[in-house]
Amino acid sequence: MTATAQAVAGAPGAPPAPKRRLARPGWPTVLLAFAGFIVVLSVIAAITGADQLTSSGTVGAAVALAVPIGMAGLGGLWSERAGVVNIGLEGMLILGTWGGGWAGYHWGPWVGVLVGALMGAAGGLLHAIATVTFGVDHIVSGVAINILGLGVTQYLSVIAFEGTPGGGESQSPPIGDISEVSIPGIGDPLDELQDKGWFLVSDVAGIVRGLTVGISLLTLVAILLVVGTYYVLWRTAFGLRLRSCGESPVAAESLGVNVYLMKYAAVLVSGGLAGFGGAYLALVLGNGYREGQTGGRGFIGLAAMIFGNWRPGGLAAGAGLFGYTDALQLRSSEAVHALLLLVGVLLVVVSIWLAVRRRVVGAAVTFVAGVVFLVWYAATDTLPEQITNMTPYVTTLLVLAFASQRLRMPAADGLPYRRGQGG
Amino acid sequence: MSTATARFGRVDVRRLAVSIAAPALAILFSLIVTGLVLVSSGDPVWSTLEQVWEYAKTPRVIALSVNQGVTYYLSALAVAIGFRMNLFNIGVDGQYRLAAFSAAVVGGSFSLPKPLHITIIVLVAMLVGAMWAGIAAALKVTRGVSEVISTIMLNAIATSLIAFMLGKVAVDVAGSNNIGTDPIDETGAFPGIPLIPDSELDVYGFILVAIAAGIAYSVVLGRTRFGYDLRATGRSEPAAVASGVSVKRMVLISMLLSGAVAGLVGMPQLLGGDSRTYSLDFPAGLGFTGIAIALLGRNNAVGMAFSALLFSFLDASSIILDINDISKEIVLIMQGTIVLSVVIAYELVRRYSIVAEQRRVSRELAAQRDVDAEGVPA
Repeated sequence: MTATAQAVAGAPGAPPAPKRRLARPGWPTVLLAFAGFIVVLSVIAAITGADQLTSSGTVGAAVALAVPIGMAGLGGLWSERAGVVNIGLEGMLILGTWGGGWAGYHWGPWVGVLVGALMGAAGGLLHAIATVTFGVDHIVSGVAINILGLGVTQYLSVIAFEGTPGGGESQSPPIGDISEVSIPGIGDPLDELQDKGWFLVSDVAGIVRGLTVGISLLTLVAILLVVGTYYVLWRTAFGLRLRSCGESPVAAESLGVNVYLMKYAAVLVSGGLAGFGGAYLALVLGNGYREGQTGGRGFIGLAAMIFGNWRPGGLAAGAGLFGYTDALQLRSSEAVHALLLLVGVLLVVVSIWLAVRRRVVGAAVTFVAGVVFLVWYAATDTLPEQITNMTPYVTTLLVLAFASQRLRMPAADGLPYRRGQGG
Repeated sequence: MSTATARFGRVDVRRLAVSIAAPALAILFSLIVTGLVLVSSGDPVWSTLEQVWEYAKTPRVIALSVNQGVTYYLSALAVAIGFRMNLFNIGVDGQYRLAAFSAAVVGGSFSLPKPLHITIIVLVAMLVGAMWAGIAAALKVTRGVSEVISTIMLNAIATSLIAFMLGKVAVDVAGSNNIGTDPIDETGAFPGIPLIPDSELDVYGFILVAIAAGIAYSVVLGRTRFGYDLRATGRSEPAAVASGVSVKRMVLISMLLSGAVAGLVGMPQLLGGDSRTYSLDFPAGLGFTGIAIALLGRNNAVGMAFSALLFSFLDASSIILDINDISKEIVLIMQGTIVLSVVIAYELVRRYSIVAEQRRVSRELAAQRDVDAEGVPA
């Protein structure tokens, strides 16, 4: 009974042959869009003089800041693809930061990463037991895990870190770094090029340098995890089975898939990835575990996953975008202000595109919004950091509000399922 | 026949026993877990519990618990209104903080005779809470956006928005490096009640509002047509539609109501506290505690009151743990465990009662058949 009610609530209006859903963009389109974005960015940087928009420092920081968000989002992706909503990502991320800090202090950063992922997976196991075995509402269980994650880590910190050198009841002692790698021989020439201040050339040099020099090994692992997730979930039999549990567990069961096992696996991996993201936060971005280090990144990860339409590529783009705004804010307030101009210009471009496609209402609304941003840019000198902090959340709300027809979450996401319920 | 023995008047004893057993089991289970955590970290369990109990009996702690309980109760009510309608208002947290902040700004900007001043402040809070919840409701009704996601986002936006606006309007709080809104005049103070004997700490007068809200919740949901429609929509949307209920309208109204009640959550602290200002250290996260309490109390007005008191009592008595060098975060572990185990317990009880019911019916049917079989030849 609840199942039907929730199914109706979850999918307003049964989908009668989806009307011209946008085909997923291919590689050429993505690359072209990215190139276009860089050109616009260079133009903005040239107009406003905000070099930080494309500097290697900003890009490097953006990549690093995107990793925890992306890993939390990837965790959400695994879990939701198997039909289990995971609001507990924040709690699992927190568990990961503590695990990373504690094991990192005792046995070095790489063990810290491992233990952080394991702590996250432990949170995932709890979530799986509650939601899969006992059929508890997924969101309730997630909320409880967030409370537990916070409580457990704070409790353990007092025991583990009080009295350690440089540590205390709310932070671990400082931990050594994970080594960084660069593409050899590329850093200095690019640096020189960046300093020349040539339009576009210097900008591209800055971006390339940010992406190739001084990249933490752990960042590479994270990128591999995104690619690996795509491969495992979309190119293997295991992945097909796992995703079938998120679309229609009854059908999957009728084909002999062990739905419980798949869901357990998915939620465990989900927790592990979130824990990895937490460990990254503690070991690469931070200098060890600190209380409140996650700052709601679990939820931003969830937002990135929705932004990316429950797919790894879109998710990575979302995480990159949110990481970029974060990084800009850290680097320079001038560049953040230039972001207003960027958004305004992008909106106007989109409105022209919509007008060409004869979508008059959409074009008008976008145009007005674009003008508002341009006026906002012209009328102010700075953008308060609290406003930039909102960016990921507002973006997600807007995407949900205006593109929800294009979003497609797994059909049985969040619905209760019991073995044998298909009869 | 067999049901008659389990009934006294209108009260179904078996159902009552089952509904008490689940939370009792959950609390017991979380006590065991907490005990295990204490043991594994080398703290004495029994003497700790004894100390907590001794400390908790002091009048001051009881008054503190009741005060915190008032806040928790209002938060749980706000969550429960959504729950009854199958809506998950995770946004109570953002709603009450934004509401309390706005009410503090408005209330601090002028002075009026006492009842009027308080009324305006409370109304502003309810309005702002409802408005913030209304965004999620509008998104759900017009665009089909899940309220879970939108309220999570709105919570985060509220945090940034408050930080931004507090920076604009803030004044220094006397005697600290904290900043807050302009304090509300004495006319905005909600008088306390010396409810607990021997305690120098008064109980928030707002407890009366909370009790009234609880009664209203119970009556409106249980005894009015609107409440029936709301619960029906929560149980089965198609059935509600079939009986002529506009689901969209119900979503909008219940979300607005939930937000309005959420607006009350910050009021006991704001109007009943000493400083009457919204400062950086205004309590946060009460919305999530509200979810836990609503779950433990099963959305029942009385049940939630007991759960709220249990949670606030745990909070208040945790102070003694810190003094004894036991991290008081053990209370968070305990609360989290209670939530998780109580929902699991309810689910198990639900499954058990379905099976028990099926057995009972099939037994009665079998008995019926036997009687018929014997009756036919005669």
